[in-house]
Amino acid sequence: MRTESRPALVLLLIFTVLTGGVYPLVLTGVAKLVFPRQAEGSLIVHDGRAVGSRLVGQPFSAPRYFWGRLSATTPVPFDASASSGSNLGPLHPALFDAARARIAALRAADPTARGPVPVDLVTASGSGLDPHVSPAAAEYQVARVARARGLSPAEVRAIVSRHTEGRSFGLLGEPRVNVLETNLALDDLARPGAAR
Amino acid sequence: MTTHAVIELVAFLAVLLTLGPPLGGYVARVLDGRPTWMGRVLGPFERVVYRLAGVQPEVESGWRRYALGMLLLNFAGLLSLYALQRLQAVLPLNPQHLPAVSPYLSFNTAVSFATNTNWQSYSGETTLSYLVQMAGLTVQNFLSAASGIAVLAALIRGLARHSAGTIGNFWVDLTRVTLYVLLPLAAVLTLALVSQGVVQTLAPTHAVALVQPVTGAGGGTVTVQHIAVGPAAAQVAIKQLGTNGGGFYNTNSAHPLENPTPLSNFLELLAILLIPVALCFAFGEMVADRRQGWAVFAAMGLLFLLFVVTCLVSEQAGNPRIAALGVDLRAGALQPGGNMEGKEARFGIAGSAIWATATTAASNGSVNAMHDSFMPLGGLVPMLLMQLGEVVFGGVGSGLYGMLMFVIAAVFISGLMVGRTPEYLGKKIGAFEMKMASLVILIPPLTVKIGTAIAVSAAAGRAGVLNPGAHGFSEVLYAFSSVANNNGSAFAGLTTNTPFYDLALGLAMLVGRYWLAVPTLAIAGSLAAKKKLPAGAGTLPTHTPLFVLLLVATVLVVGALALFPALALGPIVEHLMVAGAR
Repeated sequence: MRTESRPALVLLLIFTVLTGGVYPLVLTGVAKLVFPRQAEGSLIVHDGRAVGSRLVGQPFSAPRYFWGRLSATTPVPFDASASSGSNLGPLHPALFDAARARIAALRAADPTARGPVPVDLVTASGSGLDPHVSPAAAEYQVARVARARGLSPAEVRAIVSRHTEGRSFGLLGEPRVNVLETNLALDDLARPGAAR
Repeated sequence: MTTHAVIELVAFLAVLLTLGPPLGGYVARVLDGRPTWMGRVLGPFERVVYRLAGVQPEVESGWRRYALGMLLLNFAGLLSLYALQRLQAVLPLNPQHLPAVSPYLSFNTAVSFATNTNWQSYSGETTLSYLVQMAGLTVQNFLSAASGIAVLAALIRGLARHSAGTIGNFWVDLTRVTLYVLLPLAAVLTLALVSQGVVQTLAPTHAVALVQPVTGAGGGTVTVQHIAVGPAAAQVAIKQLGTNGGGFYNTNSAHPLENPTPLSNFLELLAILLIPVALCFAFGEMVADRRQGWAVFAAMGLLFLLFVVTCLVSEQAGNPRIAALGVDLRAGALQPGGNMEGKEARFGIAGSAIWATATTAASNGSVNAMHDSFMPLGGLVPMLLMQLGEVVFGGVGSGLYGMLMFVIAAVFISGLMVGRTPEYLGKKIGAFEMKMASLVILIPPLTVKIGTAIAVSAAAGRAGVLNPGAHGFSEVLYAFSSVANNNGSAFAGLTTNTPFYDLALGLAMLVGRYWLAVPTLAIAGSLAAKKKLPAGAGTLPTHTPLFVLLLVATVLVVGALALFPALALGPIVEHLMVAGAR
């Protein structure tokens, strides 16, 4: 027992320093040099102040903005200090309540919206912080946003498509629209001279 | 299943199969003590480590001493991680001034990481300081993974050697695996992940102004979003490579700062299965018969395909009761469709279902979608993969040594059928090996069933359940399946940060890890001492398609029969209820 205790303790100590200190700290330094923006959280700086991260969604409910996924974080949706999914199973009544409430809100904000609602607009994301919606979910909201802003649907679509990403290498992941970036671009359009 | 899902799955398997064999050859060289290019760089450091630790690298030990070394190192790691959590309030690198972690949660998390389970009762960004994430979790991610590979190396030597009294030097195996395999791979992956947007910083939480302020729970207006950051990428890289799976954030790899893009998702997914796959080929290399490695790989691959297709089909079909509300679930060019509850838009159905299968095939347990919100059969896939004993690729090391126990059972069963003495790789499988292999195979399902029975009988166990009905039972069954097989993923609706669950699940993790690793080492010792018999006319070849199918059948029959009644009460009954709603 005693002969094996020394290597156990010494190796734990050495590897704590190496893998728990040197490894993360050196990589923090390298990351700061090579990918400074990404390492800090991909913040969007607007007029000199951070207005969000392009990777972290924000809550929107006004008709003039595109809305994102439902968010199950508490106490407020899109609480990026405490990520959470809803964890509702496929038969939980609250799952249907949330979907019905979202459908009702969409219809209330745009009585002309018809047709089935894209599923990602009525379901909560895994993280509660999803920055994206599907192109179908964005298209469902174009008419409403255009009307609320006095723009033509074509102008709104042009901005949406600028903030739409396809599959990586045409293979991986899903086509998606960045909700926060799209909304910021729409706000910029409304402010003459403040081109981005 | 959509065309896109097929493409994504094929791309994943193709890259895995391209990288697996060469990495396996490299790992075999590391474990055999042969020179490597990493050894030329870090060799001097390796020798300093041995001198400081008082290790004589050329002296090997028998299985008892090997096991003692592993247990002592893991126990010391457990104590260290417990102490770090209890003391985090007074230690540095705690920019959010988080208080000390409770004793129950500290125990649970310390056991969780020492045993390579990485069950998350903790919620990363609101519970643990940067120091605990780095010097606590990350260190155990490395050491528990290296311990698993070391135990496997000992078992392989037991099979490869004959008339030998030793099975290797635990300290040498641990050190070489950490320095030459895990550390370089993790460093490369860390930078790749940062390039995609995974955070790696010591800065405190960012406060940003919300574009549209929202009304808070108390009726006040919330104008600021607090974005938790930290040294995540370095932790995430080894959490995937070492089949650990405990997240930096509460929602693990669903969190956009832990897994921001389809490419980061692909790299993390690859990292989950890379080393377990490579070890199959390392095994073939070390027993000097590559066909044996391919045979085990083929059995694992067949099981994986069976499960991944089931999960993809079930999740893509989606929830008929949601469709009934006037919701479009059809997949198309503009949306993934299907069951999107608990899934991220950037991963869709394919990226989430392939991940869920891979993370539970391997004993990784990291999630990029909430398994609790999967359809009943989609959720059954990860649950059953864990219940099979985490042998479909499994944990680094532990998956293959678990599968080799099933191999021993399979040759034993076929030996009984044809009336010959069972043997594997020239070693007679005797009563002792069968007893030990039976322990390894039977202890996890026993732990799952006893744990679940206690939890659903006790008020403290039922109190944690979120979902009503059969799904609530599934949450408890999933939790014990996960911890007793050292996976760590969850049906996360279950509130487990309570004294009852922290203790019960912690104990199940200890049983599930060490009551398997120690009998495995005992078999290694016993096999090493045996003579090697030349293959005769009555020898069952273990590299043929016939044997692969026999092995698959053994895994399915033993594993599925053990837990089928429990599954019938959970996901199967729920599936019938959902289907009845059509």
